[in-house]
Formats: sequence, C-alpha cells, structure tokens
Amino acid sequence: MQPGALSKALKNGAIWGFIVLELIFFSVAGEFMSLSDTAFMDWENMLLLLKQSAPIGIIAMGMTIVMVNGNIDLSVGATFAIAAIILLDSMTWPFMAAMGDWAIPFAWLFALIVGTLLGALNGLLVWKTGVDAFIVTLGSMLGYRGIVFMFNGENPTSHLNWTLVDFAEAEFLGIATASWFLLAATGAMWFLMTKTVHGRNAYAIGDNREAAVNAGIRVGPHMMINFAIIGFLAALSAVVFYSESGSVNPNDGQLYELWVITAVVLGGTKITGGAGSVIGTFGGVIAIQLLRKGLGHIGADTSTVNLVIGLILIAVLFLDRQLNVKGKEALKV
Amino acid sequence: MATLSKQKIGSVLAKQGILIAFAVFIVAFTLANNKFLTVDNVFSVVRSSAILGVMALGVTFVVISGNLDLSVGSMMSFSTIVVLDLHDKIGPFLAIPAMFAMTLCLGAFIGILVGYLRLNSLIVTLGMLSAIHGLTLTYSGGQNMDIADKEGTWFSVFGQGTALGIPVPILIFALLAAVLGLMLSRTPFGRKVYAVGGNGTAATFSGIRRARTVFMCYILSAFCVATAGLIQASRSLGSQNTVGQGLELEVLAAVILGGASLMGGSGTIFKTVIGVLILGFIQNGLLLLGLQFYVQYVVTWVIIILAVWLDIAAKRGRLWSPIA
Repeated sequence: MQPGALSKALKNGAIWGFIVLELIFFSVAGEFMSLSDTAFMDWENMLLLLKQSAPIGIIAMGMTIVMVNGNIDLSVGATFAIAAIILLDSMTWPFMAAMGDWAIPFAWLFALIVGTLLGALNGLLVWKTGVDAFIVTLGSMLGYRGIVFMFNGENPTSHLNWTLVDFAEAEFLGIATASWFLLAATGAMWFLMTKTVHGRNAYAIGDNREAAVNAGIRVGPHMMINFAIIGFLAALSAVVFYSESGSVNPNDGQLYELWVITAVVLGGTKITGGAGSVIGTFGGVIAIQLLRKGLGHIGADTSTVNLVIGLILIAVLFLDRQLNVKGKEALKV
Repeated sequence: MATLSKQKIGSVLAKQGILIAFAVFIVAFTLANNKFLTVDNVFSVVRSSAILGVMALGVTFVVISGNLDLSVGSMMSFSTIVVLDLHDKIGPFLAIPAMFAMTLCLGAFIGILVGYLRLNSLIVTLGMLSAIHGLTLTYSGGQNMDIADKEGTWFSVFGQGTALGIPVPILIFALLAAVLGLMLSRTPFGRKVYAVGGNGTAATFSGIRRARTVFMCYILSAFCVATAGLIQASRSLGSQNTVGQGLELEVLAAVILGGASLMGGSGTIFKTVIGVLILGFIQNGLLLLGLQFYVQYVVTWVIIILAVWLDIAAKRGRLWSPIA
C-alpha cells in the first residue's frame, strides 16, 4: 500500500461509515426510545428520506463544483425563492393561463432560465470585477431577497395546478419525482466533474489558480459557467419542490446556503477548493437528513438537531485536519 | 504632472471613497426629505443601528486578523435569551455578569478552535451558528423569554434610557468604538492583529503569538456580542429565540462596506462605524422616501459590490479584473 493510502481511504469512506453508524444507532435507540411502532430502517421511511433530501441535495450538487472551483455561493437560498415565485406567478399571466396545462413546461422553463441568469450574473461579477465570491454572493443574497419581496410584498405567492401537483407527487418505480431529480442531478454533476474537460479544469483552478492560468485555462468563463450551474440547480430544486406545495413565502429558502455548505463540507469537499466529489456530497446530504429524521425518531426536538449538526461539522473539520497533516511540522500550533 | 494629479485624485477618492459616498447620501436624502437631518431622526437611526454597530466592532477585529465570524447572530440571540431568563431568577446585578461569562465561554471555544487548532474559521463559525442556535433553543425550551415585571426594573436603562440627553445605546456604541478604536490603532495588541492578518507567517517569525492574537480577537467579538445582547434584551424586555438570526451577514456587510478586506490585514474601527451608519441611514432614508423596506436590500447589494470593486480597482490600478 502506498503511504497515505490508508488515510485517503479513511477520508473518502468516512461519510459512508458515518451514515452506517447513524443507521445502527437510530435503529437500536429507536427500539427503546421511539414513540412510533415502525422501525427506523423501514423501506418506506428511507424512500421518504430520499425525497426530503431533494431540495438541499440538488443545490448541494451545484455547490460542490463551485467550491471545488475555489468559490462559494451564499445567494442560493434567495435564487431558490425567486425561481419558486417565477414558477407560480408565471402560470397566472394571461397568455400562460390561456394555454391551460401547456403553461407548465413554460413556467418550468422561465424559472430555470431566471435561476441560471441570476447564477451567471454572480459569476460575471466575480470574473469581471475580481471581487471575492464570498462578498459578491453575500451582496446578491441580500439583493435577490429584495427582488423576491418586490413581487408580492410580504404576502405569499400561491398557485395550485393539479396536473403539476399530480406530476410532483407521482412515483416511478416506487421512487418519488423529487428523488428522481436528485438522482439525475447527482448523476449529471458526477459525469460533468469526472468525465469532462470542464470538470477537470474546475479541480485544476481550485487547486492552484496560478498554475491553471499558466496552463492556458481560461479561469473566468469557467467560474461563470459554474455559477450558472448552481443557479440552474437552485431553480431546479425550487421548481421540483414548489410544483408540489404550490405556495411560496418571501422568506422561503433562507439559511439554505448554510445547510447546503454544511452538507458539502461533510461530504469532504475542501473549502479552499481543488478537492471534493459529488458522491461525497450525496453522502453528506443523506447524512444530514438521516440525522434530522433519526433525532426526530427518538424523540429529540429540533434544537438538538442544530446542536449536533454544528458540532459534527466542527468535528469533521478537526478530523480532516488531523488526517491531512504532513509530518509533525504542521501539527505545531 | 497632469497624470500625477490624476493618480492622486484617484487614490484620494479610493481611500476616502466611503466617506465621500456617505456625504453624498446624507446630502441627497436631506434634499429629498427635510425630516431626514433632524436631531430626532439622527438619534433614532443611530440608536437602532447601535446593536448592529456594537457587533460590527468586534467582528472588525476578527476580520482584520484574517478570519470570519458567522456565529455572532445566533450568539446574540443566546445572550439575549440568557440575560432575560436570569434577570428574573437571580436579579439583574448577577444576571449581566453571568451572561457575559457564558458568552465569553462560547467566544473562547471558537477562539481555541480557530486560533490554537488552526481550523478554517468559516466552517467553524458556520457550525457554531447552528450549534449555538440549538443551545439557545434547548436553554429556553423553544419558548419566548419575557421579564415578569417590565415596569419596575432598572434593567431597561441600557436599551431605553437616556443620559445627558443622549440615548444610552448610542453612548455604549460610541464608548466601545472609542476604546476599541484606540486599542486597534494605538496598542501593541492592535498592531499584532494587523500583522497576523496581513501575513501570518511573517508575524510568527517576528515573534508574535499568532494563536493567542486570533484567540483574543474572538474573545473581543464575543464581548461585543454580549453587549449587543444586553442592549437588545433591555430595549424589548422580552425576546424570541431567533432575534439575532441573519444579523451575522448584515454585520459582515457593514464591516466590508467600511473597507476591511476579507483577506485580513486592513480595516479600521472608524471606517466600520461609517459602514454601520451608511447601512442605517440608507434604510432610514429610503423609508422616509416612502419606499418599502426591501428596497434597501437591493440598494445595499449594489453599494457593497460597488464599494469593494472600486477599492480593489484603485489598488490594482485598473477597473476590470485581469482574470482571463
């Protein structure tokens, strides 16, 4: 075995080990502490868990490539809300209403285009102004949220289309629509990041930007495309979720950026860029949802979930550092 | 000669840009609405900015040292809830120091993780944002916290009182800004903070204890958060668990608007105060113009990006970034 192979295997497998640990713990603890009779490891329960992971999970796939690229996007929650409003509001526009159910694909299209454009705008600003992505997206998090409020003030935007609801609630091969979109997004991003030139360049730029520039990679357009991708995925997440619920509050999607970043970091993506994988992120998303559901299963309330997730995030960061240290020099405080 | 003076004008504009923008705003809003520049209005703006401002003072230290603090919002909720709860249990005299001690413990915990263990501050404070929120909910049992006897307590002086005709929150904010401003610009500790943020390795080689400096920055930040929590609790004498939610990003926006670089090593307390006041006056000015509260979000967005962009552009000597 090569030196470092063990720690690498440990790191890559860590999130799945953690998931197994969670499953065992909640199954055993559930036997004694749960109020319901059904087992935690119930198939139905696991399918529901996959469906509930979808909104955060779909966005997390985009956050993976943005963070591997060395950037970060804090505006995804606001983009999510804007896309949701476009989806529901556009179906009430006169020419759309006249189309009947044919309005649905157009509403989806509008929402996805708007999401992509908002993401691309972030990317363009990062590229052309040279301002740090953290600041640009911190600003647009506020700005996009302001735009959300401009639609309907503080009132919710609602539109129920039963065809759309039926589609969102449908199951194919026993798996819900939202889950299929999560799996599709994971698959597509996995392909993009591991099998294409764009994906490899994203790693190269995140790992060493100077070297990437010297190697002739055009850094700017790559960053912009990645921001467009996360905007698209934030809109996709909204479209899938609000097709079913049919009503959006102007505050919806707040703090999503924090949940998404937590999932991505748990999945092993480095915050400084250059390392990370979509599969790991998928594990991170599932781990968080398991934790929420599991703690609920054994009767803990939401406060415990917040506490545990926060501490686990810090613990993961600590372990990651310990596994990453090269020689004793780095251990010096 | 002509190019020289042009450069000079450029650098003056860049260095004092935030002050000039502030002056332009004040003049524009004053012309647009004659209620804007009255003593009452100015007091009310500064008083409502005081909580955000006090937190921004502490975060300025953290940012100059090259780190981030995203946990100040939920930490402020925590100290508000704790002091309100203890007020009725052990009385305000003991409740205030007890709350400060508990909040400082949280700050020390973050300081150890980021300073001594050298963990990434963004992720650590993100985790603490969630963890402290959970802690607050556990402490309060999810209930709103209220003081039983709202009329008969002197505790309300920190948020509602006035001294010498000036509201107490403004006095606290001004006093803290003066003390911390002097600490940052006139003491060895302040210089260490700049050194650690500017070039951590160089600072270590010149004998500065980097870990301890970062640790102290988080302690200071926690102290400011506790003070903000005290003002908040005293102003409303009752609170929800989520009172500080989202404030961390507004605080950061104010600090960045003041010209502190997220890379560390630059920024001043004075400019942060200007950043806080700009946010406060924009919010107030737009409301006086009859615009909805959410318009300020969009305006803040544009201003933050413009401010940071122009700052960077002046430093590199060209408007557009050289990224290919």
